[in-house]
Amino acid sequence: MIDLKNLTIEKAQESLSSGKFSCRELAEEYLKVIEEKNPELNAYLEVYDDVLLQADEAQKKFQDGTATALTGIPFAIKDNILFQGHIVSAGSKMLENYTASYSATVVKDLKAVGAILLGRTNMDEFAMGSSTQTSAYGVTKNPLDLSRVPGGSSGGSAAVLAGGLALAALGTETCGSVREPAAFCGLVGLKPTYGAISRQGIIAMGNSLDQVAPFGKCVRDAEIIFNLLARHDREDSTSVPENLRNPKSKKQKSKKIGVPWHLFKEGVETGVQENFKQSLEKLKKAGYEIVDLELPYSKYSLAAYYIIMPAEVSTNLSRFDGMRYGYSATGKNLLEVYMKSRGQGFGREARRRILLGTYVLSHGYYDAFYKKALLVREKIKEEIVLAFEKVDYILTPTVPVTAFKLGEKLDDPVAMYLCDIFSAPANLSGVPSLAMPSGMSKEGLPFSIQFMAPHFCEHLLFEVGKKFETM
Amino acid sequence: MEKLAELARIELSEEEKKGLLSDMDSILGYIKQIEEVKINEEKTLDSIINVWREDKIEPREFSRELIVGQFSDTQDGFLKVKKIL
Repeated sequence: MIDLKNLTIEKAQESLSSGKFSCRELAEEYLKVIEEKNPELNAYLEVYDDVLLQADEAQKKFQDGTATALTGIPFAIKDNILFQGHIVSAGSKMLENYTASYSATVVKDLKAVGAILLGRTNMDEFAMGSSTQTSAYGVTKNPLDLSRVPGGSSGGSAAVLAGGLALAALGTETCGSVREPAAFCGLVGLKPTYGAISRQGIIAMGNSLDQVAPFGKCVRDAEIIFNLLARHDREDSTSVPENLRNPKSKKQKSKKIGVPWHLFKEGVETGVQENFKQSLEKLKKAGYEIVDLELPYSKYSLAAYYIIMPAEVSTNLSRFDGMRYGYSATGKNLLEVYMKSRGQGFGREARRRILLGTYVLSHGYYDAFYKKALLVREKIKEEIVLAFEKVDYILTPTVPVTAFKLGEKLDDPVAMYLCDIFSAPANLSGVPSLAMPSGMSKEGLPFSIQFMAPHFCEHLLFEVGKKFETM
Repeated sequence: MEKLAELARIELSEEEKKGLLSDMDSILGYIKQIEEVKINEEKTLDSIINVWREDKIEPREFSRELIVGQFSDTQDGFLKVKKIL
């Protein structure tokens, strides 16, 4: 028996190197847990049939001395990351039978080092949601409390990691879709700097925001995954070249934390608020200086986000026309094929966002909504970059609430959207952000705080995160 | 709502149209707050730049079968669609 509960990437790597267990034995342990727990959790949509073959391939790397940090590590990938020859459905009926014709760069990178891909995980349809309840393939349950949501949209990846059905997992973020489920499931979630990790081969939602983002059971796990995947990719025009990745902040000691209190005066659960204050006390005791921060434009982050994102959604999802791939309905003429394929293939939330995006981009509303939102976004970015001249980190709670009950917030889109209110500033400005556990509520639900750091300063996030883990 | 559905090429049921109208009211009610943001300078969005590459032909690995296999209707290996004109 391998102690999966306390296993981390580094511990697994030690055991694989020393021969304490083999890649196949490790993979088999996970397959056993999957078989036992997945029917209830509904976290994996598919477990690949060649897992043990992959494990045997990885084992060869240990024999010939080419094994690296992620060789033999069992991964789960979100269902919007393309893996050649495999179904990738983005949690949608639209892509129920879609087989990827190429692999995402992140998948190629993981395969190249011999990481083992266990399967693809459930998600909100096209990554639209904060609770994994909008998937066409049913809800995923939170392994810490089966009556609650795991968060979303990368809820399947969070659930498999928290439930011990994988050792590492990839999700994607457009606005909090990794940090929020990390918070609800007691995990670490890293939203990298925009352009740090390639998203070639990711099913797009909002291109100016989308990022591949790792989950980890601890900060070090997220760091190891980030270090492998962060690289320039010529196949992604938004991937930042290596020579432009030098972080501006070169300070040796990063000890100053800014807290934008005015952003969470209201709308935050008392327990979350209290836990946040306790976390600040711990940081103070450890020698960090806490200062008050004013971010007047960031108050409008979520409003700007809910204009920019649907606008990009309506454009991106226009490719699903029932012709070249995806769901296709029959109709009398071309227009009817489009209307029926899209009306039936997309779920309710996807339809809602496409229509909202069509609205904010239409003549007469474009200037008032879309253009204004872009200008507000520039201001948010500017004020966050300026704030980092004064402080090393910006700290907020990750989510204003803890994991809520299944079925909740589904009929109230705005209440659902508000789950991501603290996520939006990092996504809109492109800075990296690390969400990590900060204690447990009386009901046994995890609390979470999130640090933001300047562009390409992920190393600062890992540094403070690892320290906070010991406090 | 009908106009938007037509523009977005999405068929909606009567019931959904009604539901969407009230959803839109609450969502627009929320996002309308950006109207109150005062931005004086009409600065161009200069942090957004186009990234170009040379238009050179490079060999790519792809499977024609996988791509054509996804088509909803084919004829002689081509994508077949309804009459356009």
